[in-house]
Amino acid sequence: MPSTPIAGRWTRAWSGRRHWPLVSVTGGAIAATLVLLPLVFLIVEAQRSGWSEVQHLLLRHAVAVLLWNTVRLTLACTILCAVLGVAAAWCVERTALPARRLWAVALVLPLGVPDFVVGFGWVSIDPALHGYLAAVMIMTLSLYPLVYLPVASALANLDAGLEEAARSLGLSPWQAFWRVTLRQISPAVLGGCLLVTLALLAEFGAFEIVQYRTFTVEIFTEFKLGFDTVAACVLSLVLVALSIAALLGELSLSARSRSARSGPGARRIAPRVALGRFTLPALAGLSTVSALALGVPLGSLVYWMARGSSTTLPSASILSAAVHTAAYSAAAAVLSTLLAVPVSALAIRHRNRVTVLLERLAYLPMALPGLVIALGLVSFSVRYAFSLYQSSLELIVAYAILFLPLALVGVRSAMGQSSARLEEVGRSLGARPVTVWLRVTLPLIAPGLGAAFALVFISSATELTATLLLHPTGVNTLATQFWAYTSEFSYGAAAPYAALMVAISAVPAYLLSRRMSTLAHTEQRS
Amino acid sequence: MSQLSIADLWKGYAGAPVLRGVALDVPAGSLTAVLGLSGCGKTTLLRVIAGFERAERGSVSLGTQTLENGRTYLPPEKRSVGYVPQEGALFPHLDVQQNVGFGLARRERRGKQVAELLQMVGIAALAKRLPHELSGGEQQRVALARALARRPQALLLDEPFSSLDASLRTHVREEVHALLREQGVTTVLVTHDQEEALSLADTVAVLRDGRIIQHAKPEELYERPADQHLARFLGTVNVIDAQFERGTARTVLGALALRGDVAPGSDRSGSVMVRPEQLDVRAYEDGADDEHAASLVAGRVEQCRYYGHDALLHIRLEHLDTSELLLARVHGEQALPIGTRVTVAAHGPAIALR
Repeated sequence: MPSTPIAGRWTRAWSGRRHWPLVSVTGGAIAATLVLLPLVFLIVEAQRSGWSEVQHLLLRHAVAVLLWNTVRLTLACTILCAVLGVAAAWCVERTALPARRLWAVALVLPLGVPDFVVGFGWVSIDPALHGYLAAVMIMTLSLYPLVYLPVASALANLDAGLEEAARSLGLSPWQAFWRVTLRQISPAVLGGCLLVTLALLAEFGAFEIVQYRTFTVEIFTEFKLGFDTVAACVLSLVLVALSIAALLGELSLSARSRSARSGPGARRIAPRVALGRFTLPALAGLSTVSALALGVPLGSLVYWMARGSSTTLPSASILSAAVHTAAYSAAAAVLSTLLAVPVSALAIRHRNRVTVLLERLAYLPMALPGLVIALGLVSFSVRYAFSLYQSSLELIVAYAILFLPLALVGVRSAMGQSSARLEEVGRSLGARPVTVWLRVTLPLIAPGLGAAFALVFISSATELTATLLLHPTGVNTLATQFWAYTSEFSYGAAAPYAALMVAISAVPAYLLSRRMSTLAHTEQRS
Repeated sequence: MSQLSIADLWKGYAGAPVLRGVALDVPAGSLTAVLGLSGCGKTTLLRVIAGFERAERGSVSLGTQTLENGRTYLPPEKRSVGYVPQEGALFPHLDVQQNVGFGLARRERRGKQVAELLQMVGIAALAKRLPHELSGGEQQRVALARALARRPQALLLDEPFSSLDASLRTHVREEVHALLREQGVTTVLVTHDQEEALSLADTVAVLRDGRIIQHAKPEELYERPADQHLARFLGTVNVIDAQFERGTARTVLGALALRGDVAPGSDRSGSVMVRPEQLDVRAYEDGADDEHAASLVAGRVEQCRYYGHDALLHIRLEHLDTSELLLARVHGEQALPIGTRVTVAAHGPAIALR
C-alpha cells in the first residue's frame, strides 16, 4: 500500500488496532503536558531576573545552612525509618510474636495521621519541643510505615528455600539473615527509603510547627510572607534537584541489588522464629513505637477536643470546610484516575520508547513536592491565565498532578490484570472494540480504578502545603482551617479539623493493612 | 461449512520475518493440525487468520468471503472465526454461563442455547462457577463452548491441550475431537506435539521457518516425510546406509522393500529410514542350524529404556565397526536386560531419504 497517508501509517505504527489508541494518545499527551507545566514555569519564573541573580540567590550562606539542615535531617530520618521499619516487619512477619495480626494493623496506622497533625500533637502537649531532634523524632514516627509496608510484604513472600539452602551451606541464622534474607528484601527497603526521603523533602507543616527550617519551609516563607516569587522558584529548583538525586540514587542502588525468584516450583513459607526470652523486649519495643507514633497524636487530639468543646464550639465552618475538602478531593481523584488510564494503557499495550518515556514522566511528580507544583502553577497562572489564579480548578489540577503517581500505581497493576489476549478473544466473539472495552476491560480494571480514586482522594483531603498556596480566597478546607487555628495556638479549635482528616485517611490505611495481611495469607495457602 | 484458504502469507515483527509465504488449504469441515516447533510462526499464523494481526502480504479467505488481502481487511469481530487461545483465556470476572454467552445477543445469553452448549461440552453443572474455580480441563471446555456459541464457520485452537496434565490430556483431546467431528466445523489446530497432530487431525501441515514444508494425511506424513529432519521430528528413526537396486534397498539388515523416490542417476547408494517399531528383536537361540544362523543379524543390547507400555532397546550389531546404535521398540514385557545377545530383523518398507 504505497499510497497510505502519513497519518494512517502513523496510527498503524502504534498497534495495528487503529482508531482506539488515538483516545489514549490524546489522554497521554494531556497528562504529559500537565506534569511538565509546573516545572517549566518554575524555570521560566526563576530565570526571569537573569542568571546572575539566580547565582546571587543560590550562593548565599543561608542556602548552605538550609542545605545542611535538609540533608542531615533526611539522612537521620531515612536511616532510622529503615532500621525501625525492617525490625518491625521482621518481628511481625517472621517471628512467633503474640498478637501479630493486631501489630500488623497498629504499625501501619500512623500512615493515616497527616505529618502536620503528628507535629501538632507533640508540640501542643510540650511547647518546648523544637529543632532538629524534635523534627527527626516526629518524622521518623510518621514515616517508618513507608518502609514497614513494602518490607513486610517482601518478607511474607520470601522463599524459605533460600534461607534453608544458606543454612545447609554452613551459615548461622544471623549470617543467613545478613547474607541472604536482607539481600532479597533490599529492593523493598530501598524503595521504602526513597519514599521516606521524598516525603521529607516535601514536608512543610510538621517542620513549621517545630520551627525547623528546611528548603520547603524557607520556600514557603519567601513566597507567602516575603512575596519573593523569584527567590522561591530558585530555591524550589534546588529542592527538585535534591529529589531527583534521591530518585537516581535509589535507581542505581536497586539496579545492583536486582533479584528475582529463579526457577519454577512452589515457593514455601519459612517457619516462624521463636523469640523465647526476647519476646518481652520485642513487645515492649513495638508498644513504645505504637504509643509514640499513634498514641501521642491521637491522645492529644482527644484531649484538645474535650477541652476545646467547652470553650470554642466547632461552628458551621467545619461542615463547609468538610464539604469543600470532599468536593476538591473527589474532583482531583477523578481527574488523576482519568489521566492514569491512558498513560498505563499506552505503557502496557503499546510499549515503545515514546510510551515508556511518557510513563516515566507521569511518575515525575513523585520528585516534585506539593509546594513546588503549586508554585509552578502560580507562576503560570499569574502571568498567562490570571483567571485561573487561586481558582478551584487550579487547586484540583494541582492535586491531580501531585498524586498522579499514586493513581498510576493503582491503575497500572489493574491494567496488567486485563490482558490484550482477553480483549482479542472478546473481538473474535463478535464484539466491537468499544464494546470489548466496556464489557471486558472496564470490569477488570474497576477495582484498580477504585483504589486509585481512594488513594488520590485521601491524599488530597489531607494535603496542606499546596492547599495553603492555591485555595480560593474565602474558601477554607479542613487543612487550611486547621492550619489557621494552629498558627494562632487555638489548639482546641484546631483539633476537630485534624480529627476529621484522621478519620478520612485512617479508614483506608486500616483497609490497606488488612488487605496486605489477607494477601499474604492467601498466597501462603495456595 | 466453508473451506479456509491461505495464500502467500507474509508477516514479520520489527523487520524479522515470521511467516514467509505460507500457503494452506483447509478443506471444509476438516481438522487440520499445524505442527511446528515453538517459534516457527504457528501462533502468528492463527493470529493473522483470526484478524488480531494484519498480514504484510497474501490473502486469507473463508468460503467465498475474503477475510484479508492487499486491499481489504475484516476486523476480528466481523469474521466468522472462533478462537480458543492457549490456557483458555476465560474472562475472569464472568461466570461460566456468562463466558459462554459473551458473543451472543443480549436476550440469548441466558437462554436455552447456552444451556445446550454447556451440556454439549459436559459442564452443565458448572454454569455458575467462576473461571478460577475450574480445573484446567474444565476451563478448556468452557473456552471451546464459548468459541462455538456463535456457530463460527472456522475454529482456531492454539495449543489447546498443552497446559493439561498428561493423564487428562488424552481424555479431553478425545472428547474435543468427537465434538468437533459432530459439529463439522472447519478447524485449524496448532501444536508442537507430533503425537497430538498425528492422532487427531485429518491432515497435518508442517510449519518450519515460516513456511509449510509438507501438508499431508497423518499416515502419509509419517511414512513419507519430506526430509530427514521431519522424519526425526515425527518420531525416533534409524537412518542406515543402503545400496539401491530396483525397488529394494540392501542394508546391514538385509534386503528391504524400498519406498520413496531415489534420484535418478545417483550413484545408487544413499540412506534409508527404518522406524524402531519396524525391527523384530529376539533373544539369540544357540543350537540353531548353522545355515540359518548365518542369515541372521546378531547384536547385543547396550541399553534399555523402559517406558511401561513399551521399551526402546539400543542394540550394537556384531561384525560392524560403526559407532551407530540401532534403536528398536518392543513391547514392555519384552524388555531385555543389558548385555543380552539378540537377533534383529526388519519388516515393512524402508524409506529412501533425500
